[in-house]
Amino acid sequence: MSNAKKNIIVISTLIVIFSIYNFSVYNLRDYKQPVKLSSKAIQGQQLWQENNCWSCHQIYGLGGYLGPDLTNTFSNPKKGKEYIKTFLNSGIKSMPKFNFSEDEKESIAIFLKYIDSTGYYPNYEANFKLNGWVELKYKDEE
Amino acid sequence: MKNKTALLFLILALTALLIGVFFGLLAALQYIIPDLLKDYIPFNKVRPFHVTSTISWIVLCATGSIYFFITQIEHLKLFSSKLIHTHFIIFIVTGIGIYVSFLTGKMEGREYLAYSPILTIPILLGWILFGVNYFKTIIQNVKNWPVYYWMWGTGIIFMIYHLSEAHFWLIPNFREYFIRDISVQWKSYGSFVGSWNMLVYGIAIYIMSKIKKDESSARGKTVFFFYFLGLTNLMFGWAHHTYIIPTQPWIRYVAYGVSMTEWILLIYIIREWKKSLTKEDKKSYCMAYKFLITADFWVFLNLILALLFSIPAINFFTHGTHITVAHSMGTTIGINTTILFASVFFIVSKINPSFKINQFAVKYGRNLFRISLFLFWITLLIAGVKKSYWMYFSENIFFSEMQDSLYYVYLAIFVFGMGLAISIISLGTVLIRVLTKTLKNQENLVLYSATLLIIINYQY
Ligand code: HEC
Ligand code: HEM
Repeated sequence: MSNAKKNIIVISTLIVIFSIYNFSVYNLRDYKQPVKLSSKAIQGQQLWQENNCWSCHQIYGLGGYLGPDLTNTFSNPKKGKEYIKTFLNSGIKSMPKFNFSEDEKESIAIFLKYIDSTGYYPNYEANFKLNGWVELKYKDEE
Repeated sequence: MKNKTALLFLILALTALLIGVFFGLLAALQYIIPDLLKDYIPFNKVRPFHVTSTISWIVLCATGSIYFFITQIEHLKLFSSKLIHTHFIIFIVTGIGIYVSFLTGKMEGREYLAYSPILTIPILLGWILFGVNYFKTIIQNVKNWPVYYWMWGTGIIFMIYHLSEAHFWLIPNFREYFIRDISVQWKSYGSFVGSWNMLVYGIAIYIMSKIKKDESSARGKTVFFFYFLGLTNLMFGWAHHTYIIPTQPWIRYVAYGVSMTEWILLIYIIREWKKSLTKEDKKSYCMAYKFLITADFWVFLNLILALLFSIPAINFFTHGTHITVAHSMGTTIGINTTILFASVFFIVSKINPSFKINQFAVKYGRNLFRISLFLFWITLLIAGVKKSYWMYFSENIFFSEMQDSLYYVYLAIFVFGMGLAISIISLGTVLIRVLTKTLKNQENLVLYSATLLIIINYQY
């Protein structure tokens, strides 16, 4: 068998596994409790993207680093919905002074509420294993 | 040499690099003086400008280099020169479209691809044209492909796939489920980087085999083994970006296993190649060689860093800090940019052998590049460690207090970034000058200017 043929066999095998793998990832469910975004939350997500909130803020640690992570701001006992809404048009520090309407502020807050309901970050109660593995604490576990 | 479009890609790439570096500096400046530019060009504009420009540099320079190698060094007859022209025009027009989209605030895309998603259509089209032209050319003319032809081909195909995947959020079934959405998003980014690495590492292997005048390093069993290892990582290794997201654990298990094998690829090949390199050959491509050695050093550093934080227990602490930025800029600058500089110097030595490489700007530029990049990288790591400490080992300290306490670290990032920028600008301008000189009086410069003119007219 020529080398080219061998290579094509290896690549095809990888692609078959890759397709099955992709299929599973694309149909991924949340660990236990799937969270579906409401249309209000989708609107918030749209605003989040249009205004590039992600370039300064992180969700689950992903994003830019000039501002704080916002994964659990909503459920933080010292913060919460009103706190979030107050920040939006405040123009604090490097954060631009946005000009959101009450409705827009509400949808951003709802979007952050949905995110909050999916899990924890930082995951302070994670469990470390000797083989380097980390068992995350999930939202619906006690 | 008739077809000069490859060189136009390189000039476009270098221009994107210079623009990118400028915005990088503006971004770093906002860390030390948050209010200074906020009203004119806030961080949420600067960052996408910076990231998109620098990524474009990598992708465009790889594209131009590959076109150049197959047409001007391998002397293969391109399947269609119309396609390469069209590819170039599509990319330059879309590139300008992206900046216009940023300037007018139409940035409804996501991280790294913040421009209006509609612009992805011409980008994909450009890649498809590249793919058609590439495969038609190579399949017709080359039997028994050396590894770099496989790598470039794979890179192009997966680039098309993962660029599309990065836009799956446009489909409601993805964006409505947050965890699935964010996982697929970062899956696509990981593999997207893997795809351009296929192009860039292929270029590194190509140049090596040419400097060595020995194709065996690009044909052996080992090199193909590493190619497949790289491909496996491209497909399944992305999830270390998302260890911390509450997905199904099996995805993270797979990624943990797979990512442990990464990075051995390039270092092995370069090490092997260096062993057998004779002195004379080195001289004739001096600059290209030197940059490859620098890339070797950065592969080594980033290998250690990446292997460490692919371990979930370490990733737990490094994730979400500037350690990630040290990794991304360490690899995009230290490895990708360095290999691509090697590529452009190699190309310049081919088209213009009388080009004097011991020019002041190049020599000092390269030294400044290495030193400032190293310091820049170290300070990013320090910033990351401090933030991680704040997140996990301190209590009741506000985010803003933590940021304020990092003032001098951020200042250092800016200062070293300035050094890095100066070095990149001096190397970049020297290369742009040589390339444009070569192009002067050529029809393609006319094509380039004509395109620009059309666009400028269109804008008004
Ligand atoms: C240019 C950077 C930047 C952009 C863009 C930005 N922010 Fe901020 N944001 C910050 C910074 C910095 C802080 C922290 C201020 C402080 O604590 O002193 C902050 C704080 C916040 C907070 C309070 C977080 C907390 O835990 O105290 C919320 C909520 C917030 N931003 C939401 C948003 C949203 C929503 C967007 C997009 C519409 C956005 N931000 C865009 C920089 C930014
Ligand atoms: C020369 C001076 C440069 C400076 C001062 C600089 C500065 C920065 C800054 C401040 C950020 C944002 C980090 C954050 O969100 O907090 C960034 C991100 C980034 N830069 Fe640069 N940069 C420079 C050059 C480059 C070059 C040459 C490249 C690639 C070729 C590059 C690639 C990137 C990438 C890929 C990111 C995104 C990082 C991530 O999301 O993890 N940068 N840079």
